Amino acid sequence: MPEQPYTTVIGLEVHVQLATQSKLFCRCSTQFGAEPNTQTCPVCTGLPGTLPVMNAHAFELSLQTAIALNCDIPGFTKWDRKQYYYPDLPKGYQISQFDLPMSDDGYLEIADPKDRFEPKRVRILRAHLEEDAGKSVHDEAAGKADSEIDLNRTGTPLLEIVSEPDMRSSLEARAFLQELKLLLTYIGVSDCNMQEGSLRVDANVNLHLEKDSEKVATPIVEIKNMNSFRAVERAIDYEAKRQYDEWQETGRRLGESPKQTRGWDDAAGVTRGQRSKEESSDYRYFPDPDLMPVTTTAEQVEAVRAALPELPAGLRQRLGDDYSLGHYDADVLVNQGRPVVDYYLTAADASGDPKLTCNWVTQEVLRELKDKEITIEQFGVSAERLAGLVKGIDSGAIPGPRGREVFTTMLADDCDAQEATSKLGIEQVDESELVALCQKLVDANPKIVADVKAGKQQAVGALIGQAKAQNPNVDPGRVREICLELAQQS
Amino acid sequence: MAITRETVEKVALLARLKLSETELEKMTEQMGQIVGYVDQLSEVDTEGVEPMAHAVEVTNVFAEDVVAESLPREQALSNAPSSNERGYLVPAVLGD
Repeated sequence: MPEQPYTTVIGLEVHVQLATQSKLFCRCSTQFGAEPNTQTCPVCTGLPGTLPVMNAHAFELSLQTAIALNCDIPGFTKWDRKQYYYPDLPKGYQISQFDLPMSDDGYLEIADPKDRFEPKRVRILRAHLEEDAGKSVHDEAAGKADSEIDLNRTGTPLLEIVSEPDMRSSLEARAFLQELKLLLTYIGVSDCNMQEGSLRVDANVNLHLEKDSEKVATPIVEIKNMNSFRAVERAIDYEAKRQYDEWQETGRRLGESPKQTRGWDDAAGVTRGQRSKEESSDYRYFPDPDLMPVTTTAEQVEAVRAALPELPAGLRQRLGDDYSLGHYDADVLVNQGRPVVDYYLTAADASGDPKLTCNWVTQEVLRELKDKEITIEQFGVSAERLAGLVKGIDSGAIPGPRGREVFTTMLADDCDAQEATSKLGIEQVDESELVALCQKLVDANPKIVADVKAGKQQAVGALIGQAKAQNPNVDPGRVREICLELAQQS
Repeated sequence: MAITRETVEKVALLARLKLSETELEKMTEQMGQIVGYVDQLSEVDTEGVEPMAHAVEVTNVFAEDVVAESLPREQALSNAPSSNERGYLVPAVLGD
């Protein structure tokens, strides 16, 4: 990467919709995709005289996530009203958390399997539980027509996870998001579907640079409207360059202009200025008198921690320690999600050859899943059968180069490796038989022998072809070795 | 804390209220009185007293995560000043 005259400093705010059945403060459904305004009630539409009651499961899911993110869980937490006027916020305030969030001071470790950046620990400032707002739909074609408001999403539980500004490139930001998404998926607290808005990302970006050997920072810009991890990456790269140009033009530093919000336009590939961010005091936070605070004991925290499933980082470690897989292989498997990892573990345990099993899973099996757009649960070769194939190859019963044919037959005919092998007429070729065949070929091809002796080893390729034509079960590598040896001796 | 005309103007803006000259003056005076009244509390010595987060000493009030019926859409929209058969209608919201 070319050296830039600046360092990009990135902090991320991630909003995750928690996988509850009902909303945070009322019992309306959170199901995505319902007809507009069919999932609302007096509580989530903010009618006077209604009282919110905390969804127990939403709080549990928040606890699980915060603990998995290595956060501290304070014994006491409360909710506050964040006041602002917007048509999709019927109460005129959002119930959020201000000074006593349900968790703080955690971290998430990121690494790049291709080593494009040093592994690092990204600190988590806090994670707090709040309610979502509704959606406004504006029909652009209708021009100045009214906006339509759909309040189905209003009150859906959101966990807002705020990182410290610890990332230094768009690549690190993407890695953070991927690792976070993976973690959330492993715990099962959210479906993390970005298209449906279950996971939303805002990025705070500015630059650190040097002017006359003095360290200076540019004003912080918050980027919104990024609908994919790729968009986050592109938006940060664009914004860094834009801020550098602006800095050169205006020399404006952090604190010399208000914090700006810019929206990412994916089609145009640019960020565009939006309203200036209101100062946080403008939200006039105060404790919500309608909601009771929540207390959590150290024992509860320990119980949640103990009940957490194995997390991606620990799983990678285990695949390295117990299955001798390299970082890259372990990463590929873990990133596929727990079901693929379980498939691998079963197959590797049964075959006794973790490395070869890994090759088969990460190459052939994953390719099949991708091509056919199916999940591992729908895949036609069971982990036990794949182990049978690996064992066959290891024992020599299946020549390595014919493994793929066996695999394809197992898949097509829904059979185990043994049956596929006999269907394909694969037999192990006896070593003496192989030597006899090679001898015959060497004797019949004096020209090739002469070429080999003259140093043209590649000439032996024609013999391999002839050997395979006479007996498809021969191992081409072995034929090559034997033929070369015999040719030199003759 | 003194309530100035600028404070009232800012609060009005945040609450999306348009106040006339007379109203601004009246509000400045009234808000000043309210805040002045509440300010009397600062005379109490709170040294060593833990800040109160909530007026009621009840915690951990939860509801089970079970879906209950929502309002029929027609009913939900019935009090809106403007709506179509699908949603609430408000003056066009553009951008963010």
